[in-house]
Order: sequence, then C-alpha cells, then structure tokens
Amino acid sequence: MVDLRVSLSGVELQNPVIPASGCFGFGQEFRAFYDIDMLGSFSFKGTTSAPRFGNELPRVAECEAGMLNSVGLQNPGIDAVLAEELPRLKEHFHQPLIANISGFSIEEYAACCEKIDRCDQVGIIELNISCPNVHGGGLAFGADPDCAARVTAACKRVSGKPLYVKLSPNVTDIAAIAKACESAGADGLSLINTLLGMRIDLKTRRPLLANKMGGFSGPAVFPVALRMVWQVYEAVRIPIIGMGGVSSAGDVIEMMLAGAAAVQVGAANLVNPYACKEIIERLPMEMERLGIASLREIVGQAH
Amino acid sequence: MELTDYTIVENNRIAKDVLRLRLRCVAQREPPRPGQFVNLKIDGCYLRRPISVCDWDDCGGLTLLYKVVGEGTAKLARHLPGESLNILTGLGNGYTICAQAKRPVLLGGGVGAPPLYGLAKALVRAGQRPLAILGFNTAEEVFYRNEFAALCETKITTADGSLGQKGFVTHALKAAEDYDALYACGPEAMLRAVYHQMPPLAAGQAQFSFERRMGCGFGACMVCSCRTVAGYKRICMDGPVLTREEIVW
Repeated sequence: MVDLRVSLSGVELQNPVIPASGCFGFGQEFRAFYDIDMLGSFSFKGTTSAPRFGNELPRVAECEAGMLNSVGLQNPGIDAVLAEELPRLKEHFHQPLIANISGFSIEEYAACCEKIDRCDQVGIIELNISCPNVHGGGLAFGADPDCAARVTAACKRVSGKPLYVKLSPNVTDIAAIAKACESAGADGLSLINTLLGMRIDLKTRRPLLANKMGGFSGPAVFPVALRMVWQVYEAVRIPIIGMGGVSSAGDVIEMMLAGAAAVQVGAANLVNPYACKEIIERLPMEMERLGIASLREIVGQAH
Repeated sequence: MELTDYTIVENNRIAKDVLRLRLRCVAQREPPRPGQFVNLKIDGCYLRRPISVCDWDDCGGLTLLYKVVGEGTAKLARHLPGESLNILTGLGNGYTICAQAKRPVLLGGGVGAPPLYGLAKALVRAGQRPLAILGFNTAEEVFYRNEFAALCETKITTADGSLGQKGFVTHALKAAEDYDALYACGPEAMLRAVYHQMPPLAAGQAQFSFERRMGCGFGACMVCSCRTVAGYKRICMDGPVLTREEIVW
C-alpha cells in the first residue's frame, strides 16, 4: 500500500490533489460527475469582500496546449460565500477547504481573512496577490516584495489559520517575493498563478479578450511553473503548493520532486471534469511503478 | 451530464460551410432536451467546442449541424466516419415547452436553426402547430428546409432574396399572426431585433437561446457569464435559453 497523505502546515490531506481556485467554483458543478470528498482539498473561487461581476466578455481564448481567461474575479462576495456556498458544501465535502481570498486594498484582504477565520470548514487561507485580470488589485500586490509583505502581515494579524500566499509568475524574481512573504509571516506559498498573455483576432485585428490581456494556463505552462517551484523551494523553508498546467499523476509527482508539498490542478478540470478523480486514482499505480512508498518523502527530492 | 465516446457515422457538408455530424454511442443514453448542447473534444484543440443538438434517436444517436467558422470547426470537419469523439453531453437548460401554446413560432438565424429542429419535433409531438421561420444570407447557405417542412409550416428568408422571402426573419415574423409562443436562436443582432419587435406574450412564452465563447460548458469557470434581470447567469449552465423577461437589453 502506498501512502498518498500529505501535510500543509499541520493540515492533513488524504492526498495532494487540490483543484485550483477559479477552475472548480464552489464545488457544486463537479458533484454531478463524482464524489468530490475524494479530493485532498479544493481552493474555492477567488472571493472578495463585495460581489463582483468581473470583466466584459469574451473572457476566454485558446492557444496550443492551453487557454487564456480574463474572468476578473467574478464572485458572490465573502458574506454570500459564508452564508450560502459553504453551508451548501458542508454535506458533501468533509476535507479542509482552501479559502482563496482577493482584494483591492490591504484592508479588504484583511477584512475577508478575519471573516473566513471563523469558518471551521476552512483549513487554509490562500491569499491571491497575483490575479492578472483586475486593475489596482491582485497582481499589484504580488509584483512588489514590500507590498506582498505588507498584505501578508496584515492578514496574518487577523487570522489564526495557516496563511498561504499565491504568487504571480509575472515578476522578474519570484524568489524575492517568496522570501518577502516568508519574512512577513506566511505559513506557505502557492504558485504559480496564470501567466499574463494575449491573443489577437486575425479577422477583426483586435485583441480577442475584451480585457485585452488574460491569464494563460494549461499544460503549456507546466515547465515554467515547475521551474518556479524549484527556485522558490531553494529560497524558502515554508511549504509550497505547486500548480500550473498539472494534468496527470506524473505531473503531480514531478511537481512534488521540484519541491511542492501538495499540488493544484486548474485548467485540466475544465476540459475533463474528471481530471482530479482520474489523477487521484492513477497516483498509486504511478507511485508503485516508480518505487515511491510515500508522497511526503519525495517533496523536493530532485534538489 | 455525461462524458462519453461517440463514433462518427456521418460528417458531410449539407450547405456552404455547414456540415451534418451524426454520432452513435454503444451505450443507451438519456435523450437530450430540445435546445441543449454538447461539448466536443477535438484533437489539436485544448478547449472543447460547444455545439447545439439538432436531433436524436432513442438508441443514443445524436445529430449536430455546425458551421466551419474557425480552427476548431475546421479540424472537426476533417474527421471521418468510424472515428471517435469524446463528448460531454446533456449541457444547458434547453427550451421549456409551453404546454398551453397552440401556435408557437420558431425563429432560426443561420446555424441558430439546428436546435429548433429537435424542438419542432417535440412541439409537434405535443400536439402543437409550429411555424418555423428560418433566415439565411443566401440560397447556398440554406439547410434543413425540407426537414423542417416535413414537420411543420416553414418559411425561408434570405438577405439577398436568392431563396424564399427577401429580408430577415423579422420581416417574416411581422406577417405571422396569432402565435402564442416564440422560440429563437441565432446571431445576437437577430435575437435583439426579435426581442424589440415581438408583441408581448405571457411570461416565459418567449425564449431566446444565446451563444457565447465557453470554457468548461458546465458552469465552473464563469467565462460565459451575463447580466440578467435575475442577476448574473452562466450561459452554459443557467442558459443557453433565457426567457424574454430575464434578458437585459
């Protein structure tokens, strides 16, 4: 018997497979396909203090082996998430949740964290300081070490739950941001968010996305994500949740070898609603094939 | 919603840039509701492609009509009978058949017409007497004229007058009398024109099917959101059919 269990800052997960924020809603849509309680956890849709519609349409484009989105943090707001989404999920999901929180000011991030801190269903708070699709928020905090540190410290002050900061790949030196978050008290890091990209419609000669640019994800970004997880693992001592183009059990193992203590799966869920289920079912076979007894033991082994 | 491999039975051109894709499936499948769509995985495309269901049989067979408009549909058009396609079926709300109506009008614009064919069949089965008005740009783009005509009274309009009445579906709609329900699918400009032109019907009796670029097709990714009178809705999951009362225009 192989051991799939992993641990994130004392939060025990039955396996390392976690649907990534924005690709899994609040879990309900995937219940039609499989029992989502088999997941290690899931990171719910990026939530802000007020409800948001997000950006104008089109919000999606495609490229070879990947996609771009410019949703722009559409969400019902933290109060509706706490009052409606999480109670609705309680019956069907008994694993520790990851609460993905976003904002446009340090105060907004902190206010959301303070509210979510009282929710028993949430095991980890994931601070999204890397959304490429909103102006004056998200990435604005994630691109500068000082800003990243300030928002991390402010949220740490109001929350007792493990705080993971989700980092952007759209920076020159991701290790510097990672270190700044660690110094400010982050319990862990999630990386990478999407890469900023764009497509142009050849017929109209205009950007395809209404927001012009969008977040690029899917299998095409996997090597970039893996490289950044590797670099951040070398730079910090706190746990890393690795993500970016992960689509198979092999990708999960590769991410963990690079230094990820757990792994998120994003775009793959949209193309194949069973992606996470299939990865979880495939992992034991891959581990046996590769002579891995316990996933915990391989974290960072490639270094 | 089900994820299933289908085998291509036919993938032939039936009008300019329009193909008919007939699919069969080994296992018995729940039949779709009129106006629902499927999401096809096409080799070489990362995202699936949403296409409305035109017709179906009791043995799990599906018929889709699609227009070659970009890379994905061009790749789909090269698939041959006997090849397999992975398809997510049973998506969207579909049309709700207005049980009290006697004379529904169906308005289709271009490749908006296919879902109305399955709907026309269901309406006829329900004892109603639909009128189909199908609009195209030009005669060589017209498809399923005879198929619709075999089911119900059918009027064709073409923008250039090369077949049927010259003009748009809205012109033919003006001449239609005494309809008590309306089902539309087509380009947004057409839907908008119909919305503004039609007389008031009872609540829920006018239904419009929308097309959007989608990510997942089952409500998870929020890329096809739209504003409605009843708040934000996802075209893939809460639509693609909205009632006239819900639409914000």
